[in-house]
Parts: sequence; C-alpha cells; structure tokens
Amino acid sequence: MDDTPIAITQPVVKFLEWFGDFGKFCWRVAGAIFNWPFEAEEFLHQLDVIGSKSLPLVALAGGATGVVLSLQTRESLTRFGAKSVLPAVIIFSLIKETGPIITGLVVSGRVGAGIGAELGSMSVTEQIDAMAVSGVNPDKYLAATRILACLVALPLLTLAADAAGILMGWIATTLAEPTSLSLFLNNGLKGVRFSDFLPPTLKTALFGLIIGTVSSFQGMNTRGGTEGVGRSATSSVVLSSLFIILADVVVVRLIIALYP
Amino acid sequence: MENNNKESPVMVDGLRKSFGAQAVLNGITLSVAKGEILSVLGRSGTGKSVLLRLLIGLDKPDAGSIRMNGEEITQLGPEKLNEARRNIGFLFQQAALYDSLSLEANVEFPLLRHLKQAEGNPRERARELLASVGLDKDLKKMPSQISGGMKKRVALARALALNPAVVLFDEPTAGLDPITAAEIGQLIVDLGKQRGMTSIVVTHDMHAAKYFSNRLVLLSAGTIVVDGTFDDLQKSTNEFAKRFLSDSA
Repeated sequence: MDDTPIAITQPVVKFLEWFGDFGKFCWRVAGAIFNWPFEAEEFLHQLDVIGSKSLPLVALAGGATGVVLSLQTRESLTRFGAKSVLPAVIIFSLIKETGPIITGLVVSGRVGAGIGAELGSMSVTEQIDAMAVSGVNPDKYLAATRILACLVALPLLTLAADAAGILMGWIATTLAEPTSLSLFLNNGLKGVRFSDFLPPTLKTALFGLIIGTVSSFQGMNTRGGTEGVGRSATSSVVLSSLFIILADVVVVRLIIALYP
Repeated sequence: MENNNKESPVMVDGLRKSFGAQAVLNGITLSVAKGEILSVLGRSGTGKSVLLRLLIGLDKPDAGSIRMNGEEITQLGPEKLNEARRNIGFLFQQAALYDSLSLEANVEFPLLRHLKQAEGNPRERARELLASVGLDKDLKKMPSQISGGMKKRVALARALALNPAVVLFDEPTAGLDPITAAEIGQLIVDLGKQRGMTSIVVTHDMHAAKYFSNRLVLLSAGTIVVDGTFDDLQKSTNEFAKRFLSDSA
C-alpha cells in the first residue's frame, strides 16, 4: 500500500485546519471585544507590558539601524557625488520602511514569545479553563486585551524607533562630518510629505494585530505540557514574523497605489 | 418520579463522548439530588474527569443531555453558558490558581465580574472565603509560595466564591498527605451540610469517598457498573466492582 497520498494530504489538511481554527478564534475575539464591559484594567496592564517594556529594545534597534544606514549609505552617496542627500536617505528609509518593519519584527520576537509562553503555560495548567468555569470569557480577558494592546502599542513604538534611528543617524553622520541637528533635520525632512510618514506608521497597527492574534491563538491552543509551551512560544514568533513580512509586501503595494 | 427529577440540580441522560476512535463515555445516565455528595470512582482513563468537564461545558458531548440547575448545558451559547457557570463551582485537580495573582486576588477574580453591588464588597467576601478555609493570614502570598494543600484550599474558596448550587471536585485529595486530605474531605462534608450544596467528587481515594459520600457510582468502560451506597458497592456481584474494591483495600 502506497502511503504517498496520506503523506501529502495530511500536512495540507493540518494547514487548512489551522486556518479554520484561527478564523473561528478571530471571530470569537472580535465578538468579545465589543461585549460590554471592557476589561480596561487588564488592557492598560498589557499596554504597559507590551508597550513601555518593549520601548528600550525597539529604540535600541531603531538607533542601531540609523547608525548602520548612515555608515553604509555615506560611502555610496559620496562615490556618486550625492552626499548632501544623506539626511534625506536616512530619514526616508527609516520612516517609510525600516522603522516600521524593524519594530514589527523586534516586537514579534519579544512580545510574541511572551504571549505564546504565558498563555501556553496558563493553558497546560488549566488556568484558562478555570477562568472559563468562573464565568469569565478567556477570549475577552486574555486575548482581546493583548491584541488591542499590541494594536495600539506598535504605531507608538514605531515613532520611538524612527526618532531613535534619526537621532543616531545624525550622531553617526556628525561624527564623520560635523553637522548641526537642525540642518540635518531640515535637509532630511525637506521633501517628506504627510503620506510618506502616516501610512507606513499606521500600517504597524496591522503588525500589532498579527502579533496579538497569532500569539494568543498559539498560546491558548497549547497542548502537551512544558514541551508544548516551548513549541507555542517558538511558533508564535515564527508565524507572527512570517505574516508580518507577507502583510508588509501587500500593504506597501497598497500604500503606493493609494498615495502615488 | 418526574417531580423528583425536576428538583435534581444535575441530570445526565445518555451521555456519550469519544476521542477519535476511543469511546470514553458510553451512554451515562444519572441524576444527583439537592445536597447530595456523589463520588465518581473508576480506573484511570475511564472518563471521570471528562464527565466533569462535560457537566460544566468545557467539552461538548457527542450525544446525550446534561441539565445543570434546570438548564440544558449542551445547547447554550457562550454568553448563556457563562451565566450558567455562575451556579457551578469547579475544583481542578492541580488547583489551577492564576499564578500572576495573589491568593486574595485569585478568589476576588470571579467576584469582581459577577458580584452585584448590593451583594457586598468583593474584597471582603474574598477574605471571608479565605478565612473559611483557614488562609486568612496568607492573603497577599502568591500561589508559588504555598503548598499543594494550601493551593487546593484557595481553589476551593474560589470555586465557592459565587455561592454555586453545584460544586464539581476533580481529585480533591490527590497528592495530599492524609491529614490535609482529611481536612479537604471535611470541608466538602461541611459545605453539603451548611450550604446545602450538591457535590460531585471524582476520586481514586476509596477511603475518602466512603467518608464524605452519600452515594457513589463506579465507572468501567464508559458505563456505570454500580450506582448506590458504599454498602451497595460491597454487595455488588459485578466482577470489575469486586476487583476494584479488593485492590483498593
């Protein structure tokens, strides 16, 4: 008996099942978000855990990106006689793409793993079941609050990453060739339009939505003890990062189409 | 008979549940009277804990009816199910305390969401409940700082927080020393007497079951093989019941 059809169909079925279950989870959580009363205290707690506690890492990543952009592009631009546009290249690159995507990926690593592991651990120790039998909806208390916190925190963290990147980009530039911050900003922001800044920053709300929903889903569906918790933490990061990259491709194309 | 059934807070009829090809519960029918303490006995993997999970709607049965406090649990949507669960307490085998919350906050958690203003202050009620299980000195401790027996007592206080009509206990004495197990057993008996609560206790501990139960059922291969008092179990001619009893002695 040839096992090939089963070997091929089983992963496909599992893949489709995952999407089906994920869709049902999203539908339940969407219903729970609009179900009064809102868990405001838990939402603010998660905003602190996800937002303010990610700030140093995001700022560091943004800052490092600013330095690298300055070091890498300086040489190339000098070669082509376009050194004067260095501030604009750094700022455009940061606000349009590098800042948002770096923020999304850094937060998916830190927060995605955290949510996956925390909810996974709660799941295998029956704490989520305990919540349900207390008459409290875990989708609303655990998932909705984390998803909304990610959704709100990501654009704010992106601003921090952009600011840190621009600041560190200026420092790296001025160390090579002294330039005042105001001149650097004036040169860099001269051609920046509202549409260059706002859509890329707001698209990170979608990244937050992805991190929150994927990690909460993976965590709340954890099976298999501590090994399962590890798997959930890993899969939360991997899937969140993958979906962020895919979503970025689509959203960038959309932004270009809407703001030519 | 019909009148009796109407008064039963727990009524199960033709309950079936399978996981894949394995049939765990194979047509369970039972009712539990108000204030009764029913022990559910059986070998590991015979579906005792599954039965409790079905009774509180954590899992859905493949077939059959479950009426808890007059409501058909199997037909309820999420919101109605949450409402129905307010009248059912559940003590988990591993206590399942929220490890990010203090003991006081653990007990307060359901109260904050369900206690109406006129029904009292959630914090005071949580403290009263913890005092009733002898833990009024450890309110601010975290679950990681207390023993297994203490965790069970906190979980019991939390299960009783909303003053449920029915309490389900999953292995309440498992992993506890004999003295703590006896204390938990005594708490279950006291609850039945003082509050008139109906209790269903899943246990392997035959001695504890004999001590606190009014009635017991023995499960084997997904069906009830004995339903009656401890004396009925002793007199049973069922082969599995005889073996279960002799091995427990």
